[in-house]
Amino acid sequence: MSDREVQLVQGDERSVPATQRRPPIVLVRNLTKIYRLGETTVPALRGVSLTVRGGEFVAIMGPSGSGKTTFMNLLGCLDRPTGGDYWLVGRRVSRMTPDELADVRNRRIGFVFQGFHLLARSTALQNVALPLMYAGLSRAEQERRARRALELVGLGSRLHHRPSQLSGGQQQRVAIARALVNNPALLLADEPTGNLDSRTSIEIMAILQALNARGLTIVLVTHESDIAAYARRRILFRDGQIVSDEPVVATRSAQDELLQYYQSSPASNDGYRALPAEEEQ
Amino acid sequence: MSGPVERDRQAAAKTEVVAQPVREGSGRQAPPSPALPIEGSSQRREGREIHRGSLLVANFASAFESLWANRLRSLLTTLGVVIGVAAVIAAMTLTQGASVLIQARLSVLGTNTLLIVPGAATSSGAFSSLGSQQSLTQGDADALASIPHVVQVSPVLSLGAQVIYGSQNWNTRIQGVYPGYRQIQGWEIAGGRWLNAHDELTGLPVAVLGQVVANSLFGPSGTNPVGQTIRIGTQTFRVVGVLQPKGSFGAFSQDDVVFVPFTAALIRLKNSSYVDQIQVLVDKPEHVNTVQRAVDATLLKRHRISAGSPADFQIRNANQLLQTAQQATQTLTLLLVGIAGISLTVGGIGIMNIMLVSVTERTREIGIRMAVGARRRDIRNQFLIEALTLSSLGGILGIVLGLLAGWLMTTNFGVPFVPQPLSILLAFGVSALVGVTFGFYPAVRAARLDPIIALRTE
Repeated sequence: MSDREVQLVQGDERSVPATQRRPPIVLVRNLTKIYRLGETTVPALRGVSLTVRGGEFVAIMGPSGSGKTTFMNLLGCLDRPTGGDYWLVGRRVSRMTPDELADVRNRRIGFVFQGFHLLARSTALQNVALPLMYAGLSRAEQERRARRALELVGLGSRLHHRPSQLSGGQQQRVAIARALVNNPALLLADEPTGNLDSRTSIEIMAILQALNARGLTIVLVTHESDIAAYARRRILFRDGQIVSDEPVVATRSAQDELLQYYQSSPASNDGYRALPAEEEQ
Repeated sequence: MSGPVERDRQAAAKTEVVAQPVREGSGRQAPPSPALPIEGSSQRREGREIHRGSLLVANFASAFESLWANRLRSLLTTLGVVIGVAAVIAAMTLTQGASVLIQARLSVLGTNTLLIVPGAATSSGAFSSLGSQQSLTQGDADALASIPHVVQVSPVLSLGAQVIYGSQNWNTRIQGVYPGYRQIQGWEIAGGRWLNAHDELTGLPVAVLGQVVANSLFGPSGTNPVGQTIRIGTQTFRVVGVLQPKGSFGAFSQDDVVFVPFTAALIRLKNSSYVDQIQVLVDKPEHVNTVQRAVDATLLKRHRISAGSPADFQIRNANQLLQTAQQATQTLTLLLVGIAGISLTVGGIGIMNIMLVSVTERTREIGIRMAVGARRRDIRNQFLIEALTLSSLGGILGIVLGLLAGWLMTTNFGVPFVPQPLSILLAFGVSALVGVTFGFYPAVRAARLDPIIALRTE
């Protein structure tokens, strides 16, 4: 897509003011997806247009069957649309071949899934290095970056643990590290807290918020409005279309909630106070 | 799962580290430039092809890991390849050893020897086995001696008999031969002497023992056999010499034999007008064919067989025997290759089957790999490499087992152990090829999976 086209579509776009001047990461125009089930055709998406700019934190909500999962798959370049166009960081991915899409997934997109989706037989380090392996990096480089990504999500001491040796929250943090390791333009989180208890969910959301604060663009799919409240923009899907798109009025801070949680929980108090000191070593 | 509270505290603390910027930042707004401490991807857009080697290594590592995780299944799967390769290697080793031995023996026998045996009896068109007919006589043998270029002729009268010395006895082959037989067959004397013309003329009851017989009869007492008296059947013979060992061929030992003068055998052991074979030594190899024709003509004339009628004898020379042996080996090899082909095909189908199972079992893994950027060919290669590893390991195992079995058999049969590097290499190559061929379809199927459906699979 040329710059001129970008200018054109920017004109009619209503964005969150603070990120208005950023270039769009996701630019979707009139996207449709029709599934064929034998004789009948099922339209899953009926013309969706959306712009997500750098540094945004968007929550996509909607009931099941609303098309949000289909939309997520298209955003993630796992699927190709029936009609319409999708530009990711200025590249038109809606017309790409499966191998080109694999390349885009490898370099531009990080996935975090509800079921963690880690390779059971591989260590945390190997799991995180997986995208780098397909990117064709040397082993030493793979390990160096995977180690840094795991340290970033606070799992520096769990590098050689297998998923079965980690808690659900830790597994999801490995998945986040894997999503980050190729430094993607877009992080897609599909119900990332769906399999986690509420406090672990807050921890995961705190990580996502922290990453967003460092500039990472995040699109989150969830059906829980509690979780959507951690985002800064909320999009509602219904019947394959966007029915509302508005900023989250009072964004929750997962970090503040965690602080409160530990302060109000005497059993955890000592641990909480002790560890920031350890951090200064 | 010990101490969940402790683990959660740690988890919370780690979150704290990550979340630090949020707390410290004055506003919610992120800095404009990406601040992740991981290198950007744009600088290495062209980097994909640089380190494909690491992906290959990783594929092999993951193949070994996956096969090891299901090691019993992997072993059973590759058993077809193991058995196929092992059978071929073992049989190749054996036939190779045998043919080396046959060639060595025949070259010792010399290319200038003719062997005449009675022909197959043809009654009503049905052939009975060679030598079953009685057609050759001592007179035939004597008549051949006058043919030019013939150095030695000896009729051979064979019988099986029990040989007794003191309390020891031994069942062996007795051969009545002319003194010239030693030169024809190249026997060497270990002690005493060989049969001489005087023995032959007078039909003296003297005997020359093969090493096996000498050991069996005289080994226990330690007596020197030369000069001792033994009994062959009911007859008494005096031992005049012991032969040097020639070795054995399979279960058949050439040294398990007693030689006596032809006349003595005829008079005392086997009263027969016919001989079992006639051996002829020709002076030079290039005269063998001429002599063979002359022998043929002489015997046809003596037996009054007109041209065109089937002869009642057969003439063989060492070259023919060599060719026959080689033909037999070749036929056997061909048969083995056929069996190996069937076994490897069955093994390959087993591999294909288990790879299809593996693809189904690991659909979600395939989905995950595709989601993080594996291209179709990456997935295909991964499963191809796994099938290749499986069949190659089977091939290696088969080679080891085959060599072991071949070694055991050759040592048992007294055949030299001659492993063929080329056939081992070939066996390995073929087993690898089987893996790639039969692994291709499952690998392509894995590569064609839809990532969305694959990810959704439990």
